[in-house]
Amino acid sequence: MIRYSIGDRIMIGCIYLLLTLLAFSTFYPFWNALAISFNAGLDTAKGGITFWPREFTLENYSIVFQDSSLLRGFGVSVARTIVGTVLSILATSIFAYGMTKRELIGHKYYMLMGIITMYFGGGLIPTYMLIRNLGLMNSFWVFIIPGLISVWNMIIFRTFFKGLPVGLEESAKIDGSGNWGIYFRIILPLSGPVIATLALFTAIAHWNDWFVPSIYISDENLLPIQTILRQTLLSNISVTQMSGLDSASLARLEQMKNVTSKSLTMATMMVATLPIIAVYPFVQRFFVKGVLIGSLKE
Amino acid sequence: MARTTVTKGTANHTPMLKPKQRLGIRMMKQWDIQLMVIPALVLIFIFSYIPMYGVLIAFQDYKVGHNFFSNPWVGFKHFESFFHAPELYTVMRNTIVISLLKFAIGFPAPIVLALMLNEVRLMFFKRVVQTITYLPHFMSWVIIGGLVTTMLSVDIGSVNGVLVGLNLVEEPINFFSIPEYFWTILITTNVWKEIGFASIVYLAAIAGVDPHLYEAASMDGASRFKQIYLITLPTIMPVVIIFMILAIGSLLNAGFEDILILATNPGLRSVSDVIDTYVYRIGISNFRFSYATAVGLFKAVVSVIMLTIANAIARKSGNSLW
Repeated sequence: MIRYSIGDRIMIGCIYLLLTLLAFSTFYPFWNALAISFNAGLDTAKGGITFWPREFTLENYSIVFQDSSLLRGFGVSVARTIVGTVLSILATSIFAYGMTKRELIGHKYYMLMGIITMYFGGGLIPTYMLIRNLGLMNSFWVFIIPGLISVWNMIIFRTFFKGLPVGLEESAKIDGSGNWGIYFRIILPLSGPVIATLALFTAIAHWNDWFVPSIYISDENLLPIQTILRQTLLSNISVTQMSGLDSASLARLEQMKNVTSKSLTMATMMVATLPIIAVYPFVQRFFVKGVLIGSLKE
Repeated sequence: MARTTVTKGTANHTPMLKPKQRLGIRMMKQWDIQLMVIPALVLIFIFSYIPMYGVLIAFQDYKVGHNFFSNPWVGFKHFESFFHAPELYTVMRNTIVISLLKFAIGFPAPIVLALMLNEVRLMFFKRVVQTITYLPHFMSWVIIGGLVTTMLSVDIGSVNGVLVGLNLVEEPINFFSIPEYFWTILITTNVWKEIGFASIVYLAAIAGVDPHLYEAASMDGASRFKQIYLITLPTIMPVVIIFMILAIGSLLNAGFEDILILATNPGLRSVSDVIDTYVYRIGISNFRFSYATAVGLFKAVVSVIMLTIANAIARKSGNSLW
C-alpha cells in the first residue's frame, strides 16, 4: 500500500475537486436544456430554469412530433445514417481486403494514391464545383457517394485483415472458394469488432453532419434534422437581435414569440441528440478501442 | 502536386512489366481482386484528385459556362488581390490568434486531464468523469452551439443567472454581441467539447508506464507530484511530441464549423473571420470561385511549409512523423 504525505493528499483533493467541476460543467448544459424542453414555453421566458422544469409540460414534444418537416428531417437523417454507414463500411472493407493481397498488381501505387488524399485535398470551392458539375446538388446521394471510401478506415481494416490467421483463408481456397467468397464467408464474419468500431464512427459523422446539406441541398424535403435545427436556432437568434432594435412593445411581443419557441427549440434539440445518447452507453468500449486503433496506426 | 504524382504513378507501372506477359493480360488474370480495388480507386480519383486539379482555377478567371480548360489564365492576379484586400489584416490576425490560442490551451488541456485521471483511485468516480467528458465529442456543432447559446442567453441563460444572482453584474450580459468575449467563448467551447475524448490517447500511453518505477520512486521518498513530473511525463513524451507535430501542421485550421455556428452575428466578424470562413463566404455565398480558391490554396501552401518545419525540428529530438 502506497502511503501519501500531506502534500500528496492536498494534491489529490484538488484533483477530485477539479474533475468534479469539469464533469459538472459538461453535464449541466445538457441537463439544463432537458429541463427547459419539459418546461412550458411562456414560463421559460421568465428565466431561472436550472435543474428542474417549473411548469412541467409535454406540449413541446407533442408539437415537435406533430411537425411534419421535423419528422421528415428525422427520417432523412435516419436514412442517410443507415444507407451511408452500410454502404461505406461495405465498400471500404472490400477495398481493404483487395489491398491485403500481395499479388495485386499495382498495390503500392494504389496505396500511394490513397495516402496522398489524406494529406492534400482540393479544398471547399473545387469540391463544390465538382459536386455541382456531377449533378449531385439536391440529391440524396450527395450524402452517400462522396464519402463512400475512407482511406483512413481502409488502412485500419487492412491492418486488421492482415492480422487474421492465414490458415482459414487457405483452407477455404482448397475448398474451392474464390476471393469474393472468402471475403463474404470468412473475412466479414470474423471482423465484428473492427466493423462495429468503424461503423459507429461513420454513423455518428453521418448523423451529425449539417454542413454538407447546408451548401448542397436547397430542397426542404431533403434536409436532415441537424440542418433544420440549425435554421431554427438561427431564426431564434435573429429574433433576439431584432427585438433589441425595435420599439418596446414590439420587442416584448417578439420576445414572447421567441422564448416560447426556446422551449420548443430545446425539445427539437433533445430529439436530435436522443439517438446518440441512446447508443452512447453501449458503445463506449468500442470507441475507446477505435481511437486507439487510429492512434497506433500513426 | 497531385497531378505530378498521378502521372508518376502510371509511368512507373512500366518497370513492373515482366517480359513473359503483358501487364493488361496479367491484370485480367486477377480480375477478381482488381475488381475489389478499382471501383474504390475510381471514386478516390473523382472525389479527391479532380478537386486537386480544380485548384488550377485559382490561376484563372472562372466564368460561368466555361470549364477548367477554357477559362482565361490570369497568373497570380487573385493572390495579389488577396494580399491587397482590406480583409487581409483581420482574417490573418484572427486565423493566427485563434489557432495559437487553441493550440496553447487546447493542446495541453487533455494531457493535464489524463494525468489527473491517472491519480484517481476510485474507479467508479473515474469512470463517471470519463463517461461524461467524452460525451460532447459525439455531438454535432449545431447541438453544441444550441447549448452554448442557451447557457449564455440574456433572458434564460444560467451563466447570467449566476452572475446576476451573485451581484457580480447588474444587467445580464449579451455575450454574443460583444466582440471582446468571442475568443474566450470559442476557445472554452472547443476545449470543453474535446478535452475528454482527446485524453484517451494519453491515458493509454500512461497505462504503459512500468509500475515498478513508481514503487521505486516512492521508496526513495518522491512525492506524487514529483512522480508525475519525473516518471509519467517523460514516458508519454514521444506520444505528446507526435501529436504536437500534427497540431502544428494544422495550425492554420483556426476552425470552421465552430466559428460558423458560434459567430452568427455579423457584428462579430472583426474577431471571428478566419481564412476558412472567409473562403466559404466569398466562394459559396458570393460565387467568386477563382478568388476563394486562391485564398484556400495560399492557406494550404503555408500549412505544408509549417508541417515540414515542425517535423524538421522534431526530427532533431528523435521523434518525427517521416
